[in-house]
Amino acid sequence: MTELGLTPYLCLGAFLFCCGLLCIATKRNAIGILMGVELVLNAANVNFVACARYVPQFALEGQVFALLVIVLAAGEAAVALAIILNFYNNHSTVDVDKADELKG
Amino acid sequence: MSLDVVLFTAIASAIAFSALAVVFSRNIVRSALWLLFTLIGVSLLYFLLGAEFVGATQLIVYVGGTMVLVVFGVMLTAQQQFLKIRIRPQEWLVAGILASALFVLLVTTSFHLGEGKNSPPAEPMPGSGPLGVGFLTQYLLPFEIISVHLLVVLIGAAYLARAKRRPGGNRD
Repeated sequence: MTELGLTPYLCLGAFLFCCGLLCIATKRNAIGILMGVELVLNAANVNFVACARYVPQFALEGQVFALLVIVLAAGEAAVALAIILNFYNNHSTVDVDKADELKG
Repeated sequence: MSLDVVLFTAIASAIAFSALAVVFSRNIVRSALWLLFTLIGVSLLYFLLGAEFVGATQLIVYVGGTMVLVVFGVMLTAQQQFLKIRIRPQEWLVAGILASALFVLLVTTSFHLGEGKNSPPAEPMPGSGPLGVGFLTQYLLPFEIISVHLLVVLIGAAYLARAKRRPGGNRD
């Protein structure tokens, strides 16, 4: 491999996505799950920017959507942390398995 | 091997290692630190791709803002017994099988998508000027929606996380 193609970037994005998925599935700490979501969003962003570089028609669109995703991730983190703090105030724990009041 | 390949290999292995460390470290504070390195690596990747504005935004918003939020969340909630919550091995097994199956699927798709795109086009990526013009002309509606969304989210987060007063008058 002497030149860098699109495939390595997409594979890195896939790897980050799977790490995020594993993080969401295995962590029981609510903040750990939030970190997994951040990893997933970053994987999507890597794909957006890599496609913006390699597909000339998407040169602007890829960056625009990557920026929108960054802003959405910041908002999501703020709301999720507020919810986690509220949960911690009410239950004195951040273990998501304890959040089962809505179970039938 | 060109410089791009060497840089990509170094940055990508750093990102992959720290992403794995986020998943596998037991201590939530260490996870947060490894996530910080992952985010910095991703921003370096954007600089490598030539998207300087997105890379700078990633550094400022993610590393400067979101990570501070996460670390504050850890500090406000973490106590010794919650730092390490045990996970059963069968949960690891199921999640690992799912994640690796999805990884194989995504990599196969990546190889199909990346066919014929072996080198980047010669013209550089549009910089912050075209991006700004794009946000104020073609993408004005998403831009406005996301600004109002950000305002609503911040008000909602402040409302949710406020210190409540109990009927007795004791603060939480």
